Amino acid sequence: MTPHSTDQQAAGAGVAAAAPSKAAAAIEKARREGRAALIGYLPAGFPDVQTTIDAGIAMAENGVDLIEIGIPYSDPVMDGHVIQEATVEALANGFTVPRIFDVVEGITRKTDAAVLVMTYWNPVMRMGVREFSERLAAAGGAGLITPDLIPDEATEWLEISEELGLDRVFLVAPSTSPQRMQNTVDASRGFVYAVSVMGVTGARTSVGAAARAVVDAAHHAGAERVCVGLGVSSSAQVREIGAYADGVIVGTALVAALRDGGVQAVAELTRELSTGTAKVSGGGTA
Amino acid sequence: MTDMHQDTGLTGADAGAADAIDAGTADAFLSHDQSLRHAPGPYFGAYGGRWMPESLIAALDELQDTFEKAKADPEFTAQVAELNKNYAGRPSLLTEAARFAEHCGGVRVFLKREDLNHTGSHKINNVLGQALIAKRMGKTRVIAETGAGQHGVASATAAALLGLECVVYMGAEDTRRQALNVARMQLLGATVIPVTNGSQTLKDAINDALRDWVANVETTHYLLGTAAGAHPFPSMVRFFHEVIGDEAREQILEQTGRLPDAVCACVGGGSNAIGMFHGFLDDRGVALYGFEAGGDGVETGRHAATITLGRPGVLHGARSYLMQDEDGQTMESHSISAGLDYPGVGPEHAYLADIGRANYEPITDAEAMAAFKVLSQTEGIIPAIETAHALAGAMKVGQRLAADLGPGEKASDKIIVINLSGRGDKDVATAAGYFDLLPDDSVEQEIAQEGEQL
Ligand SMILES: Cc1ncc(COP(=O)(O)O)c(C=O)c1O
Repeated sequence: MTPHSTDQQAAGAGVAAAAPSKAAAAIEKARREGRAALIGYLPAGFPDVQTTIDAGIAMAENGVDLIEIGIPYSDPVMDGHVIQEATVEALANGFTVPRIFDVVEGITRKTDAAVLVMTYWNPVMRMGVREFSERLAAAGGAGLITPDLIPDEATEWLEISEELGLDRVFLVAPSTSPQRMQNTVDASRGFVYAVSVMGVTGARTSVGAAARAVVDAAHHAGAERVCVGLGVSSSAQVREIGAYADGVIVGTALVAALRDGGVQAVAELTRELSTGTAKVSGGGTA
Repeated sequence: MTDMHQDTGLTGADAGAADAIDAGTADAFLSHDQSLRHAPGPYFGAYGGRWMPESLIAALDELQDTFEKAKADPEFTAQVAELNKNYAGRPSLLTEAARFAEHCGGVRVFLKREDLNHTGSHKINNVLGQALIAKRMGKTRVIAETGAGQHGVASATAAALLGLECVVYMGAEDTRRQALNVARMQLLGATVIPVTNGSQTLKDAINDALRDWVANVETTHYLLGTAAGAHPFPSMVRFFHEVIGDEAREQILEQTGRLPDAVCACVGGGSNAIGMFHGFLDDRGVALYGFEAGGDGVETGRHAATITLGRPGVLHGARSYLMQDEDGQTMESHSISAGLDYPGVGPEHAYLADIGRANYEPITDAEAMAAFKVLSQTEGIIPAIETAHALAGAMKVGQRLAADLGPGEKASDKIIVINLSGRGDKDVATAAGYFDLLPDDSVEQEIAQEGEQL
C-alpha cells in the first residue's frame, strides 16, 4: 500500500541511507559499545520548556543515546494516563507547537544525543509538513516518531523527510501483518518502533512475549534497527529487551520521575536504566 | 478561528491539491458522468483515510473485510432487513406537516419519522447493523462512546438483543448531567465508564474507547456511533443508514408523484444526514442541506459548526473539516444539543461540501429552540434538539424557496423533506428549563439547570 516499497530500500531502515541518519548513528554507536541504545521520552513543556531542555540534557549526560520529545496534543489516543496528565499540564501552562523547536535546539546545542520529536499528525499538518520539517531540521532534530501516521497516509512526509535527511520512525505492533511489516520497515528511516503490547503507553511490570516476536518479524523484514517501547520502566526490563532489540524506549517512568522528583530524579532514573543496556554476551558483536 | 475555510489558503505544503475544491469531480458529477452513491472509501476526495495507530490497522482491515462480505451476502442483508422491520419498526413513516409548513414559507413539508424507531432515533439503524457485524467477526464485546447517551443507549440495546457484552465510555461530566441515561444503559445490562481524561467530553470518550480497543481488539468491536472515524467506518455507518433515504425517496414519490426540491438534516458527526442524503445524491434537482450546531452564534466562537468554520485536519482516524486552533489542537465545541456537540464531522460531508453537492449552514441554539417549539405546537411532535436544527434550517430553506418562485409557481408547488432524526422525550427537561416552564423550587428545575435529558 505504501508507494515506497523495495525500490526505496536505500532509504529504508534495512540499508544505510544516502544522507546520514542521526538516529541510526546513535544506535550504531551504542552497538559498537556492546549496548542496546537507550531512548528516553519526555513531553515538551512539562512543566515548562526550560525544564524539558534541562531534563533532556540530564538524560543525555546520564546514559541516554536518543531523546524523544513529545508534542503535547489534545487527543493523544496512544497515551496512557501519566503522559496525558503531563501533556494536559503542559498545554495549560501555555505550551505552543513552535516551542518544540526551542526544546530540540536547546538540547542538541548542549549534547550529542539524537533528538527525535514524537508527534500526533494533526499539529504537523496544521503547520504544514514542509515548514515543520524544515524548522525541525534547522533546530538540529533527527526526525519524527509518528504514532498515528501510517506509511499509507505519509506520501508527503516520505518525500520531504527524504529530501531533508530526517528520520521517519513508524510503529509496528503485535497485530501488524507480514505485508504491513514489510511496507513499514521499507518506509522507515533510522529505526523501527516496535510496540511491545497491544495497548497504550504506561508502565507495566512485564512486557509480553509479543515484543520479541515483533522485533524478530521486523528484523526478518530487513530492519537493521528495531527499538521496543511501551511499558518499559526498569533496568531489569531494559536488560531483558536489550538482549534481542537494538534499542529500548522508556517513557512513562521518566515522566513520572520528572513529575515527582524533577530533573534530578530523571538523571537518577536514567543512570539506573542505563545499567541494563549492556548486551548480555558482553562483546561488541551483537 | 473565524476564517472561512474557502479562503484559508492552508499554510504549508499540504495546501493546494489536498485542500482545493475537487473541481474535476464536481464537473464530472454535474455532467452526469459519475454517480456519487455508494462511495466505498477509504477516500472521499481529499478526505477520509486511516489516520490511526498501526496497532488498530489489522482490526480495521478485519472489519472492512467482514463488512464487504456481509454486504454481498443475501443472508446478512436479510437479517438486517428483518431486524429493521420487526424490531426497529421500519419502514418509518413519511408524514406531511401542513401546519408546520406555514412557518416554512408555505411550501409542502414532509417529515421522515426516525423518531418512531425503537429507542427513538435513527441511531438504531447503525447499532443493529454493526452489532451483527461484530457477531460475524466472532467478537463477544462491543464498546461505544456517547455524549448525552443516545448512542450509548442504542448500543446497549443492540448488545442486549444480540447477547454481546457492552461497555460505554462517557465524559464524567456527562454521566453526572445525564444520570438517567446512564441508568438506562445500566438497565439494559451495559457498563458505563466515566471518562476523566482531557476535556472529559464526547471527543475524550472516543479517545478512551480507542484506547480500550487497542488493548482488547481480539474480543472487542468498537461500535462507533456516527459516520466519522477511520475507514471503513464512514462508509459502513452510512450503509446502515441508507435505508432512511431509500425509504424517503420511495415514499415522497408515492405521496406526491415527484422528488422534493430540498432535503434537510442536522449534522453532528453526520450519520442521519448522510443516510438521508444518499438516497438523493444523484438526483441533481434535489438540493441537500446539512445544518450544523451554531451554538451561541458562529461569531462567538462557542459553536460546533465544523464545516462552516473548521479547517481540514485529522481527528479520530479521518481527514475532514475540524475545529482546531492555530497549533492543530482540537477545540472544544459548544451546542445546546449534546448530539451535535462534536468538533469533527464525517469525511463524506467534507467532500460533498467541497464539490458543492450539499450545503452546510449553522443554526444557533436560539433558532433551534424556536423551531423545537413550533413543531411541537403545530404538529404534536416533540423533536430531539438535534433534529430541531434541521427544522430551523428547513424553515429558512422553505422561506427562500417561497421568495424565489418562478413565474406561475406557487409556494405549495415546492416540497421539502426533513429528516426527523429523533424524538425529544430525552430533551424535555432541557427544553422546560430553556422555556422557563418549571417552578423555581421543583426537583426538575434543579435537574434542568444541569442539562439533564430525561
Ligand atoms: C436525534 C439525533 N439526531 C442527530 C444526532 C447527531 O448525530 P449524526 O450527525 O451522526 O446523525 C444525534 C446524536 O446523538 C441524535 O441523537
